[in-house]
Amino acid sequence: MEVSEMQRQFVEYSQSLFREGYLDSQFTQLQQLQDESNPDFVMEVVTLFFEDSERLIRDLTCALDQQIVDFKTVDAHVHQLKGSSSSIGAQRVKNACVEFRNFCEEQNADACRACLQQVNQEYFLVKSKLQTLFTMEQQIVAAGGSIPIMD
Amino acid sequence: MDCIEQTSVEKDGYAVENLEPSPVQEEYAPVIFAQDTIAHVISVDVLSGKEDRENVLRARASGKGVLTAPFPLLKTGRLGVILTFAVYERDLPSNATSNERIQATDGYLGGVFDIESLVEKLLHQLASKQTILVNVYDTTNLSNPISMYGSDVSGDDLEHVSQLNFGDPFRRHEMRCRFKQKPPWPWLAITTAVGILVIALLIGHIFHATLNRIAKVEDDYHEMMELKKQAEAADIAKSQFLATVSHEIRTPMNGVLGMLDMLTDTHLDETQQDYVRTAQASGKALVSLINEVLDQAKIEAGKLELEAVTFDLRAILDDVLSLFSGKSQEKGVELAVYISERVPELVVGDPGRFRQIITNLMSNSIKFTERGHIFVTVHLVDEVRDSIDVETGLSSQNSLSGFPVADRRRSWGRFKTLSQDGLTSSLSLPSSNLVNLIVTVEDTGSGIPFEAQSRIFTPFMQVRPRNGSTGIGLSISKCLVGFMNGEIGFASLPKVGSTFTFTAVFSSVSLSANEVKNQQKSNQSSSASAEFQGMRALVVDPRQVRLKVAKYHIQRLGFNVEVAPDLNQSASIISARNPFIDVVLIEQEVWNKDLKASSLFANRLKNVDCGRPPKLFVLANSVNLGRYSALCTDDTPSIIMKPLRASMVAASLQRAMGVRNKGNFRNGVLANLPLQQLLRGKKFLVVDDNSTNLKVAAGALRKYGADVDCVDSGRKAIEKLKPPHIFDACFMDIQMPEMDGFEATRRIRDRENNINARIQNGEVSAEHYDDISNWHVLVLAMTADVIQATQEECIKCGMDGYVSKPFEAEQLYREVSRFFQASSYRNE
Repeated sequence: MEVSEMQRQFVEYSQSLFREGYLDSQFTQLQQLQDESNPDFVMEVVTLFFEDSERLIRDLTCALDQQIVDFKTVDAHVHQLKGSSSSIGAQRVKNACVEFRNFCEEQNADACRACLQQVNQEYFLVKSKLQTLFTMEQQIVAAGGSIPIMD
Repeated sequence: MDCIEQTSVEKDGYAVENLEPSPVQEEYAPVIFAQDTIAHVISVDVLSGKEDRENVLRARASGKGVLTAPFPLLKTGRLGVILTFAVYERDLPSNATSNERIQATDGYLGGVFDIESLVEKLLHQLASKQTILVNVYDTTNLSNPISMYGSDVSGDDLEHVSQLNFGDPFRRHEMRCRFKQKPPWPWLAITTAVGILVIALLIGHIFHATLNRIAKVEDDYHEMMELKKQAEAADIAKSQFLATVSHEIRTPMNGVLGMLDMLTDTHLDETQQDYVRTAQASGKALVSLINEVLDQAKIEAGKLELEAVTFDLRAILDDVLSLFSGKSQEKGVELAVYISERVPELVVGDPGRFRQIITNLMSNSIKFTERGHIFVTVHLVDEVRDSIDVETGLSSQNSLSGFPVADRRRSWGRFKTLSQDGLTSSLSLPSSNLVNLIVTVEDTGSGIPFEAQSRIFTPFMQVRPRNGSTGIGLSISKCLVGFMNGEIGFASLPKVGSTFTFTAVFSSVSLSANEVKNQQKSNQSSSASAEFQGMRALVVDPRQVRLKVAKYHIQRLGFNVEVAPDLNQSASIISARNPFIDVVLIEQEVWNKDLKASSLFANRLKNVDCGRPPKLFVLANSVNLGRYSALCTDDTPSIIMKPLRASMVAASLQRAMGVRNKGNFRNGVLANLPLQQLLRGKKFLVVDDNSTNLKVAAGALRKYGADVDCVDSGRKAIEKLKPPHIFDACFMDIQMPEMDGFEATRRIRDRENNINARIQNGEVSAEHYDDISNWHVLVLAMTADVIQATQEECIKCGMDGYVSKPFEAEQLYREVSRFFQASSYRNE
């Protein structure tokens, strides 16, 4: 495939991610932090995010599986997840976390579990999307082109 | 009087034959008549008549003249009297006795008087029976006056009686005069009297009227004073109302919009998001509507005032451009801004209102333009006046996008400042400190129908009523332009487009203020142009106007810019140049025209014999991205999106070119040069248990040139911040396990206070602590939501402020600038 075509596809895909709310302007800020001296910044941050989130989701699953749910712990975890998703601009994950916290306050275990499902789903969605995006970037760079800049 | 005797004497008429010799008597008095007519009567004895005798004797005795009673005279028959005098022999003394007189008498002399002719002659005119009737009477016998002269007319009228004295003491005569005719009406007197009366009445009337008038005017005056007080009170009330209303309306609106913003951040499904977006759009439209109406009210109340601050014109235009770039890209309309070099960088005026005018014009253009371009230009009035055609937008070949436009010269054709008279007025003096700008907004939209053109600046008039617009925008713009001592006009052709032009007068910046700004300015522009200073760029575009715009923007970054109309010429320029071109920017139209040629060109660039082949860029409208078709080469150019803005262009160029910056810059330009100045070279500690957050926060701070250390717990933070340390500030996350941000800060502060106290006491010397005797490291809380950390709590535990997480540039700047001064030249 030609580089220009790849670039075009990349641009379209990026735009769609933003349009559909998977990513928000914070992600753009991150992209702007990346430069020659820090060429893999976004990748590094996102990788960290993946690790953190998966760990947190595991912990959450564990906590909600308990007989007596410790909502404080659950809330703390969700708070963490909300913070990191917010930092990288994973908008839908963040929104899911917000809802999750509401139910934590209400101490509604079933609703919390449902939310956890939601969060999980969103997380994997955004993970796969981001991975696709990175793959496309790598392909472009490998083909000798440069990444188009989003406004 | 003896009438019978008289009659007989008279009637006889002295006919000689009737006379008889007189009897013998003691004496005789024969008379000789002197009159010829009766001279023939001789020797008539005057003493013969009884009455005559008496007269004569009396005359003799008294020595005075004696008159007879009137009687008809001889011959003529007219009334007459005889006056008899005695003639004495010798002069007698006046006291002579009557005897002596009698003895001395020698003779007598008598005169006959014709009464009528006498009176007539005496009263010549008066007795002529014209106006006065005279009657003379002998009144010796009072009961029986004898009429001597005048007709007997009984008079009821006024008679004037006067006594006549003929010298005979024995007799009395009187004269009675009266007017013949009744006295006429005294017209003159009456008229005069009436006239005076009338005049008096008139004068009286005038006085009366004047007094009334004075009274009335005084009343009116009092009334006016009252009304004036009321009007002033109303005016004050109106101002207060405006101020109150604007605040009162805006506050809840801002609340609504703020809440909507927060709502978008929560978890919403598609429908809800859509609703929220709609509500936001409506809310924003309402706010702008309110602002417009309040502006209009302010203008009418005369309360609108312009500020006078120093501002950067180009920055304002950049802002406005950003505002509309999204919309214009959506619609496929090319948006471009060009500011002439001669326009100074900084001017003094009201930037907000200036922006308002331009925004209003551009939003109108955007509303009504579906294809082509919107082109904004700013020039000095002098430039436009002097040149024949500044921007060649006359024929369609020469306009920005190729579409025809309404001739801009018609839009300012009637401006007074641009006419010949304006030339001689002071504004064009080079030494004057006024900057007279002319701004044109040209679009290729649907134009304004001719019948609507005359009403376009009237308030509330809309060509096509649309939701969310009040139709006051243009009228407010007109007022604002007026306040800036400018004029506004337009030329519009239906289906072709509209060109609006306005002038505005600003003051140029005085030097002292300029020095301060210059420092900042030079920093900003130097930061922009530092990387590119001296580099060479080539812009390829057949359209003169568009080329000029592109050249202007690239030059702002510090490039030396060459131009070429097509690829062939650019190829020759590149091969001929020494030093070589670093960057080639090709307008998309050129690139797409012949893709094979374009790819050939790109290949040739790669193979150019010099140190570094020029980087290739294509300037594109985002819509056209779809038409970006395949090329058969690897080295395809990057895309720079329009509308061209210095900051975006610089970012793109930097990304592609990997320019290394001097100093502590990382990604250079972008949005926040002030933040860079603020944070560059500072050392920060970031504390967050979440590794992702930590990395992002550190990355953001490093972007602005700071040196950042990261720790992931409160405990480690306390360790790091043990004096002496070299941190300028600490960004502390609040919610952390084990020890939260508040607790950590409290402990840090306690320790600091401890040390400070000990230094004060002299227990420990300051040298021990790097010579700093007052330790207080800046601690800013990073909070994900405001509820988590209120200002009170932060301050209570010793924090200095808070910023939101993730970092928001403006807030970050605001907080940090409270504590740090911008250090432009501080070295790391």
